[in-house]
Amino acid sequence: MAETMKLEIFRYRPEKENEPTFQTYEVPFLEDWVILDAINYIKDEIDGTLSYRWSCQMGVCGSCGVMINGVPKLSCAAFLKDYYPDKIRVEPLTGFPVERDLISQIDDFMTKLTNIQPYIIRKRGEEKPLDEGEYLQTPAELARFKPYSMCINCMLCYAACPVYALDSTFIGPAAIALGQRYNMDSRDQGRNARQELIASHEGIWECTFVGECSAVCPKDVDPAAAIQRAKVSSTIDWFKDVLIPWGKKK
Amino acid sequence: MSTYHRPVPNTWWLKRKPYVLFMIRELTSIFVAGYCIFLLVFVYKLTQGADIYGNFIDVLKSPSSVALHLITLAFVLYHTITWFNLTPKILVLYKGEERISQGLVAGTFYAGWIVVSVIVALFVLGM
Repeated sequence: MAETMKLEIFRYRPEKENEPTFQTYEVPFLEDWVILDAINYIKDEIDGTLSYRWSCQMGVCGSCGVMINGVPKLSCAAFLKDYYPDKIRVEPLTGFPVERDLISQIDDFMTKLTNIQPYIIRKRGEEKPLDEGEYLQTPAELARFKPYSMCINCMLCYAACPVYALDSTFIGPAAIALGQRYNMDSRDQGRNARQELIASHEGIWECTFVGECSAVCPKDVDPAAAIQRAKVSSTIDWFKDVLIPWGKKK
Repeated sequence: MSTYHRPVPNTWWLKRKPYVLFMIRELTSIFVAGYCIFLLVFVYKLTQGADIYGNFIDVLKSPSSVALHLITLAFVLYHTITWFNLTPKILVLYKGEERISQGLVAGTFYAGWIVVSVIVALFVLGM
């Protein structure tokens, strides 16, 4: 018989159980299989009741994030061979309520993402008419924020963040990093509009700089850095307000 | 729809090495703060006259005091090194489109640390 591997998968079916359980499945071991391939195999060949999210299978859509042996990863980017021959434990992303099996409820993240206003905001009266073309930007200006714009909203950073797991009021790494991405965009004028939320207690000041959000990010966004840099900017704002109260213009 | 909320045990930080290292970094702050208080007490004793200061110095020479200082030194070094290594994340500098390397930013801090340490050592040793 061909080589096999065991996957121990978190199961939660709210219509029939109050507590989650783990179910072990044996799947073929193939060198080029990622964990998502194994989960798809289970769904197609062994147990059609298993629920999980996935879409692009190429690390772009950000929907297949799960905990693999306690570490948040995209299941489409984690190879079976890296764990072979040990059993692999697959759970839904930490920090989020579980809807069913590997499916987390992400409403909280979606609300926070919307509230941070992750889009270009222009001051009233300073929006160019469409026929005047785009807002131009130099390559150097683009370089300042480009890494933060690579976020695919996969929420691995939230699952790695113990602060979010302990206190879900924290706005969290990805939302703040995206806010910072627009704050640093030379075309944007919306920093003041985002600042109340970013500099709130639930915002940057909740972060204790564990740094794991950046370590697990599949796109090297480095949200931990974005948050600390926002802390520096907010601190400078505060000193300006205190030391130069007549120069309130931001 | 009823969702399941997984409890977070108090031992969450023992589950992965990065979390353990983070907690040690947090713990080192106590030693840094404690040593700052110690230095204030040290200066205060200095103002209390030669006898009191001399007795204080004798206490500091005891083996338990030396051991405590060595433990504090280890924690303060851990604190300093981990924070210096994190500094380039916060201090992001660009030269045109090119980001200045993180090693150079951290290296500048290490170099400054060494220079200040040498100056303090020369001053203390009276050279």
